[in-house]
Amino acid sequence: MEVLLFGIAKDIVGKPSFRFEGEDAPPSSVSELKKRMKAAFPELERLSSLAVAVNSEYAEDGQSLKQGDEIALIPPVSGG
Amino acid sequence: MERYQRQIQLSDFGREAQEKLMSAKVLVVGAGGLGIPILMYLNAMGVGTLGIVDQDRVSVSNLHRQVLFSEGDVEKPKVGVLARKLREQNSATTIVEHPVFLTKENAMELIDPYDLVVDASDNFSTRYLVNDACVIQGKPFVYGALHGFEGQVSVFNYNNGPTYRCLFPNMPKSDEVPNCNEHGVLGILPGIIGNLQALEAVKALTGVGEVLAGTLLLFNGLTNTFRKIRFRAQRQNFGITRLKDSYELACAADISGIAPLDFLKLVERQRLQLIDVRTEKEFKRNHLPLAKNIPLAELETRLGEIDFGSEVYCICQSGIRSKKAIRKMQMSNPNARLIDITGGMNQIPAHALKC
Repeated sequence: MEVLLFGIAKDIVGKPSFRFEGEDAPPSSVSELKKRMKAAFPELERLSSLAVAVNSEYAEDGQSLKQGDEIALIPPVSGG
Repeated sequence: MERYQRQIQLSDFGREAQEKLMSAKVLVVGAGGLGIPILMYLNAMGVGTLGIVDQDRVSVSNLHRQVLFSEGDVEKPKVGVLARKLREQNSATTIVEHPVFLTKENAMELIDPYDLVVDASDNFSTRYLVNDACVIQGKPFVYGALHGFEGQVSVFNYNNGPTYRCLFPNMPKSDEVPNCNEHGVLGILPGIIGNLQALEAVKALTGVGEVLAGTLLLFNGLTNTFRKIRFRAQRQNFGITRLKDSYELACAADISGIAPLDFLKLVERQRLQLIDVRTEKEFKRNHLPLAKNIPLAELETRLGEIDFGSEVYCICQSGIRSKKAIRKMQMSNPNARLIDITGGMNQIPAHALKC
């Protein structure tokens, strides 16, 4: 399962995408995804708003995830 | 009408759309990297009235991306310079100068006469303020924002469509996300995003094409890729009836800070413990004479070098990493007195530095 990273989320993780693979079973819901990403990268915890998109559609915490879903983590950006 | 002939002859645009543009009133909030291409194209294409809100003056570090400014404009107020150049470009446009920052005190009045707002600002406070004021007044606004090589574009509050808060409900705190000044931006990026905003503004005003309402467009300049994310309106975000009491970026409640100049005055009177959490290379370039260098990346293993029995002042380049460092120190030393030097080395005058 691939997680595409944008804005400050990309800077925090240090690369443009992150993959759950091998023994690491992919998360089964959006809330689990957020929890595990925040555990792996504690600085994500501090973001007041962090939108999650699943297959190019905004997703709420309760939404379930399945193998092959394309996920994007999108924080707000402010520059102009 | 002759000057608009090439777009009037487009069958999907035509005289009707041109007339809509010519009677339209658009407010552009922010006269910087995004605002300049937006203003230049809306002006060239014949939008009847353009208002510009910004209190900044042109600085040398603006020139690589704010391409209507020349070297001779440095130090001049942006709105005045732009108004003059835009009037030269199209004398038929009514250019309205608002040489102020958008605040909760003036936002409702400033936005009121306009049909559509373009958010070309560079900070979260203004973006959330634009959203809330436009929701209250029932006006659409075209959003555009940047981060490094990336950009975002959408049209909010358009025909009962979703708002900024439907995508990002809560305003970030001051230490979460850096702005262009801290993070940097490639000169061309605001040109691309600003032009996309101008296109969306034209579509929203004329009804031509499909407006990016309920769709967030993400642009990555490094790979030259676009991606669209669809999102829905959340009803609770339309219930705004008045502006919030404050749009100041909330500092993390538990971090106390001191202004750099106040800190320098304190230093004259007493010996203080100052930890500089920048990298060794940055520290070598310049630092305050009393500073001890413990780079953020090494902080956890070098906590033993800090005396938590007395006050610990913490500094970095711009004030982001010092807050991160304080959070780390708070975890292991919850009772320590930790103080952030607000804004970091960028705010320290050169004569106080040791190189």
